[in-house]
Amino acid sequence: MSDQWLVMLAIFLPMAGASGITLCSAWPNLRETITLVTAALVSVIVIVLFTRLEQGAVISARLAEPLPGLPIVFEVEPLGMLFALVAGLLWLVTSVYAIGYMRGHHEKNQTRFYALFAIAIGSAMGTAFAGNLLTLFLCYEILTVSTYPLVAHAGTAEARRGARTYLGILLGTSIGLQLLAILITYSLAGTLEFREGGILAGRLDPAWTGLLYALFVFGIGKAAVMPFHRWLPAAMVAPTPVSALLHAVAVVKAGVFTVLKVTIYIFGSDFILQSGSSDWLIWFAGATILLASLIAMTKDNLKARLAYSTISQLSYIVLGALLATNMGLIGGTLHIAMHAVAKITLFFAAGAILVAAHKTEISDMGGLGRAMPITFGAFLIGSLSIIGLPPFGGMWSKWYLGIGAIDAGQWLLLSVLLVSSLLNIAYLLPIPIHAFFGNAKDGAQYTQIKEAPSSCVAAMIITSVACVVLFFYPDPFYKLAVGAAGGR
Amino acid sequence: MIEQNLSLLLVAIPLLAAPIVATLPRGKLPWLFTLSVSWVCLGLAIWQLWLVTDGRIISYELGGWAPPWGIEYRIDAVNAFVALIVAGIAAVALPYALRSVEQEIPLQQTPLFYTAFLLCLTGLLGITLTGDVFNLFVFLEISSLSSYALISMGRQRRALTAAYQYLIMGTIGATFLLIGIGLIYAETGSLNMMDLSVRLPATFEHRTIHTAFAFIVVGVGLKLAMFPLHVWLPNAYTYAPSVISVFLSATATKVAVYVMLRMVFTVFSGSFTQDTPTGNMFMVLGIGGVLVASVYAVYQRDAKRLLAYSSVAQVGYMVLGIAFGTALGLTATLVHMFNHALMKGALFMAIGALVYRLGSSQIDAFNGLGRQMPWTFAALFIAGLSLIGVPGTAGFISKWYLVLAALEKSNWIAAIVILAGSLFAVIYMWKLVEALFFRSAPQSDAAVKEAPLSLLVPMWLLVVANLYFGFNTQLTVGIAQTAVNILRALPQ
Repeated sequence: MSDQWLVMLAIFLPMAGASGITLCSAWPNLRETITLVTAALVSVIVIVLFTRLEQGAVISARLAEPLPGLPIVFEVEPLGMLFALVAGLLWLVTSVYAIGYMRGHHEKNQTRFYALFAIAIGSAMGTAFAGNLLTLFLCYEILTVSTYPLVAHAGTAEARRGARTYLGILLGTSIGLQLLAILITYSLAGTLEFREGGILAGRLDPAWTGLLYALFVFGIGKAAVMPFHRWLPAAMVAPTPVSALLHAVAVVKAGVFTVLKVTIYIFGSDFILQSGSSDWLIWFAGATILLASLIAMTKDNLKARLAYSTISQLSYIVLGALLATNMGLIGGTLHIAMHAVAKITLFFAAGAILVAAHKTEISDMGGLGRAMPITFGAFLIGSLSIIGLPPFGGMWSKWYLGIGAIDAGQWLLLSVLLVSSLLNIAYLLPIPIHAFFGNAKDGAQYTQIKEAPSSCVAAMIITSVACVVLFFYPDPFYKLAVGAAGGR
Repeated sequence: MIEQNLSLLLVAIPLLAAPIVATLPRGKLPWLFTLSVSWVCLGLAIWQLWLVTDGRIISYELGGWAPPWGIEYRIDAVNAFVALIVAGIAAVALPYALRSVEQEIPLQQTPLFYTAFLLCLTGLLGITLTGDVFNLFVFLEISSLSSYALISMGRQRRALTAAYQYLIMGTIGATFLLIGIGLIYAETGSLNMMDLSVRLPATFEHRTIHTAFAFIVVGVGLKLAMFPLHVWLPNAYTYAPSVISVFLSATATKVAVYVMLRMVFTVFSGSFTQDTPTGNMFMVLGIGGVLVASVYAVYQRDAKRLLAYSSVAQVGYMVLGIAFGTALGLTATLVHMFNHALMKGALFMAIGALVYRLGSSQIDAFNGLGRQMPWTFAALFIAGLSLIGVPGTAGFISKWYLVLAALEKSNWIAAIVILAGSLFAVIYMWKLVEALFFRSAPQSDAAVKEAPLSLLVPMWLLVVANLYFGFNTQLTVGIAQTAVNILRALPQ
């Protein structure tokens, strides 16, 4: 099979899976089988694509040309490959998890859930492989719209309100700011192609470059740079697998991925460095890192705390992009993968706690670790990886980000990164420690509570092992990150 | 033989069919006859468009009288394109009409209903095809009078006041147009558009011509529902029978936009507009229309009225394109005429299907219906995305060109207003989506069934067209660009 077909399959197989899922709504077991088979196939496809890219294949597939000179085209390049690998592989793990979770939690409308989930992944794949800014924007918007019903899944007033915030901010920023930025780019450059070295260099006054860059950074609402971060905590009303895969991996990473893509292939990192257009923007990312961490400390709801932690961690990646130095870009790109694996572990654990013990507040979790050792063990590993301690994968991305900050001579930013790591310790580690060594508020002993359904436990084990493996073997992702940053 | 008289047939067939329908017995026969006439018209319109896509111009002399003395029908890419929109929407709306009209119109009135429909179609096609300004006025009156009658047949008594309001406003508009045409005739002695475009420049200094221009713009602006002359439209669309809301929203304002384009660019030519503050006026009215009508739409409780206000906002976009006056801007206007016909047609059909099952178009009455009528809901959802301008839909293409046109002129305010209009569209469309899908249905009611197939098929035809023309723009953008070249060409 030719490579072009593989790219198309990676995008459209999940969509086809979605229709299969809808057709099989009457037979839950068959329906879940379709989900798993599709996810497994997509995983295989992204791995094959990865090896083809390693061999130096140039893969691109053209779908249509809605506007003259602006085709819908998909292309495999290192940055997108990394995102696709992360999203594709974690979809499989999450599907395993979701089956246990959705059944254990007796959720309604499961067919709709699985179908939309598949569409969301398909559009995330499309985002990853987009060959120009128009295609990327198309997939970005499909991702927004298809995840809206997932956020509103519960159908309660609270879920509807959360979903409205979600859609309002994401569509608002993308239409109001991002689309404007894309149109300005097109009217300046006459193209929206992703080209190495960018397409804007020399076509724009440096003062305006900063403004256009800001339109992009804030217009890509999925990157959740403050003040456009409110949608992410609001999205936490969704079922946990959605929070885990979409709001720790696919959706939010689609955002920061777009920021990186725009930085590298539209502006060009050299152009950004020369024009100094990110000098002031970078402080928004720095402030988001610290403020979100501080807010996270005040949250007692576990998912809310994780959401703010995600906001903070996303800005690491944005920071890497804005630094625009080689090391910064490598660190930012690597963090897409490292943070995804660690954060999804944390969300899996949060969902497992909800299913098994029906607890959502951190203060109620004292002593629970002794009843659910695997869950909290996984949580501990995920936390350590997020903090950036060896031997966990999270260390590498922070390492390169730190070097990137030093390269740029931004000592203050380096200290922001270090302070933030301390804050991570302060808001993440107490949770497992309290759970293992503390006691319940009312002194109850959890003898009735067992671990979550086995598929949930299996998923958690896989991702926490991955956290460790990525420390010793970050090579595939590192190579892709280096390829993306352009330093061969 | 047919090819030689194609455009005449396009007007003559529905005109001659109208009295025949009136004499047909009640029942399905009038509908069937109208349907076949509309499909023949669509076929002819496609044929006609195919003849002129390469920029060719076809001229007919009515009765063998050579222009400028006789009436001339002059077909180029611009009006063939608009004629396709009109004939296409009529052909799609009529299959929808059968069940919808059975329910909404008393049986004994159906032959008359279809007669009025055919007359309206005649008028709209005539306006687009004629090359004579007085003839244009005559067809405008034919279409207007028949649409007053059609609107008044709505099931609520308020349809009568809505039709009456439209009658008053529409008559003022037509009168203004006639005054403008009269002044031009007095000044130049000609009524032929091409002849006028040659003769008028010599008189551009005259006050009379400026007055005539003002009368024409206001007159057409009334038919166009250009802000702030739009007040008749929300009532008319809200209380009209469902299928008439579909037909008029998708065609009547488009034809009026066409008249405006013809008058401003062909009859008066671009140089006149450049020497007068016309562009600025259109700019202000366009921006005002987009913003004010969008805000009004957000606060509506009736779905049809909400869509009607949205239509006023969309007209604002088209007016903005005229205001830019550049190739990109006019392309945007023409493309949006086509795309808006697709999306508003689909949306009014979806609401019409809900009204068919529910008997009410109040948004509160729709609670939870999305689950019981999934196909109708999905159609409304996709057409709504197109209205917002989400990429992958037709609406995105028109917004794209419009914002590019604004950026090309470095008009930041207009660019931001256009995008802000999209955001308002998100808000008001989501009011519908949330009511339909996320609120729970009232317990007491018996289950509501999905709309019948004869309503769903035309609706989905338009929905699929919305998606198709979001990916393949050869037809829309391609023809629009040919048309723009013709519009912007200087008179020989």
